[in-house]
Amino acid sequence: MSKFVLRYGVLGYLALLLVLPVGMVGYRTFEHGAGPVWDALSSHDAVSALKLSLLVTLIAVPINIVFGVFTGWLLARREMPLRWLVDALINLPFAMSPVVVGLAVFVLYSRTGWIGTYLFAHGIPVLFTWKAMTIATVFVSLPFVVREVVPVLEEIGTEQEQAAAVLGASQLQAFFRVTLPAIRWAVVYGTILTVARSLGEYGAVNIVSSNIVGQSLTLPLYVNNRVGQLDTTAAYSAGLLLAVISLLILVGMTAFSSRRIRQTQTGVSG
Amino acid sequence: MSIQVRDVSKSFGNFHALVDVSVDIAPGHLTAVLGPSGGGKSTLLRIIAGLETADRGAVLIEGADVTHVPTRDRGIGFVFQHYAAFTHMTVWENVAFGLKIAKTPRPRIKKRVSELLELVHLDGLASRYPSELSGGQRQRMALARALAVEPSLLLLDEPFGALDVKVRQELREWLRRLHDEVHTTTVFVTHDQEEAMEIADQIIVINQGRVEQSGSPNELYDRPANDFVMGFLGPVTTLAGRPVRPHDIHLATAVSPGSIPATLDRVVSLGFETRVVAIPHADAEPVTVQLTRNQIDELALEVGDTVYLRGQDGDRQQDRVVTEMHQDRAS
Repeated sequence: MSKFVLRYGVLGYLALLLVLPVGMVGYRTFEHGAGPVWDALSSHDAVSALKLSLLVTLIAVPINIVFGVFTGWLLARREMPLRWLVDALINLPFAMSPVVVGLAVFVLYSRTGWIGTYLFAHGIPVLFTWKAMTIATVFVSLPFVVREVVPVLEEIGTEQEQAAAVLGASQLQAFFRVTLPAIRWAVVYGTILTVARSLGEYGAVNIVSSNIVGQSLTLPLYVNNRVGQLDTTAAYSAGLLLAVISLLILVGMTAFSSRRIRQTQTGVSG
Repeated sequence: MSIQVRDVSKSFGNFHALVDVSVDIAPGHLTAVLGPSGGGKSTLLRIIAGLETADRGAVLIEGADVTHVPTRDRGIGFVFQHYAAFTHMTVWENVAFGLKIAKTPRPRIKKRVSELLELVHLDGLASRYPSELSGGQRQRMALARALAVEPSLLLLDEPFGALDVKVRQELREWLRRLHDEVHTTTVFVTHDQEEAMEIADQIIVINQGRVEQSGSPNELYDRPANDFVMGFLGPVTTLAGRPVRPHDIHLATAVSPGSIPATLDRVVSLGFETRVVAIPHADAEPVTVQLTRNQIDELALEVGDTVYLRGQDGDRQQDRVVTEMHQDRAS
């Protein structure tokens, strides 16, 4: 009996908290058929928001992959002074409210900020442009690749790299031919999480955006803007688009994680 | 290729893995580095390979000081206890790895890998992944991979330690035959004295970071430099306060000069060989004697019988004492 209550209690809770609201967004979106949804999504403002979101994501994600793999490798393989500090700092974006991240970027890149002063003097405005939004996004999505890569690097150990060295490989060759392929699923998994976070980021980006409709709104900002204007069809449609993208990412992630489990089962045991 | 290790020391924190170790390894030989776990033997091998750097001392390969030469330029093959197979590569790609790094022309790689896979009996499994192989097959693949680059020196770190007894026995014999064909100077680390005795030309016994003795298997077995080597290379029992091998004790039912009386306590049959435990009347310290099934049948012993034990033959121990006396006199 208690087993029954626990099991269906959890399911009911999840349904009430997650499935029902998202389902409601879907229902509301298509309340008047697909026509208005298409119109709302193909409007100039919505397309602009989607484009800006993609731009920010496409820049932020590669930066975090390269940084994440490199830093992960350093943390797992090299003696480092203040390793604990680096380790803690990487978790900072997880722990800190995105609004504070946005604020930090704001302070640094404003006309009077340390970096901003210099950049404005050279005619490169950053604050209130896509550049500031990208910087904020890189910040908030920084830990994902590192956090995925480090445990896998620690688990596979250094023997394969040593074997490569004995066989004549330089450190760079060993990294690209042996280490990177061995951690590839961790990198993929971390990348997917980074993409999800970058596309969905609201708080940090909101503070450094000039918030002009059809120009400097990402998809989440656009949803918020439409809700504020009581333009429910546009808000629901854009919201649903975000939800669908997340769902696809989730499916992809589940597929990858099951592959990864298989790989570790067969790979690391031998 | 000959190897000389000169006064090498290595510590990990407070732990002294090697203390002033000097070793000479003859070219073309199959040498075993034998010792208990944690005795420093793997560290020695890894220092020869350049996977570990010595705190002090030098490593010479073929007379050339390679102490500061990186691993990849030492021209060695290394086989790891846990195979270190490249998990994302097929057997073929694993074996071809070193050749690809060396930018060997493709047709030559193809030929060489085929030859090696045949040599290690994996020719049918070239497109398998390591996870699809048994432990023995993985280790043979690792050996082929190490041999692919034609190393002048082959180093194996407890190569069969992770395998079960039967496979270990097979691979051990196979390594000996392979060595007789290829003649590459080979050094392998093991904690299994039987493995070392069976296939090595030369054994170096290492314990607590120091070399206890080195020499041929027979030298070490018959003329151990100290009690540790004696105990590590074979069974030892104590007779009249002296260490002696159980098969060097003569057991009889009648008194003979120099023999001591004992009560038969236990007879354990181990197939062809029989282990007898007897308790001397004088000191009650049990003595183990090793006899053949035939000998025990002839004696027709029963537990509780009185038997007479004597250090057999002219006794190798006594030989040693005599030579030492001669030396004393000469000096």
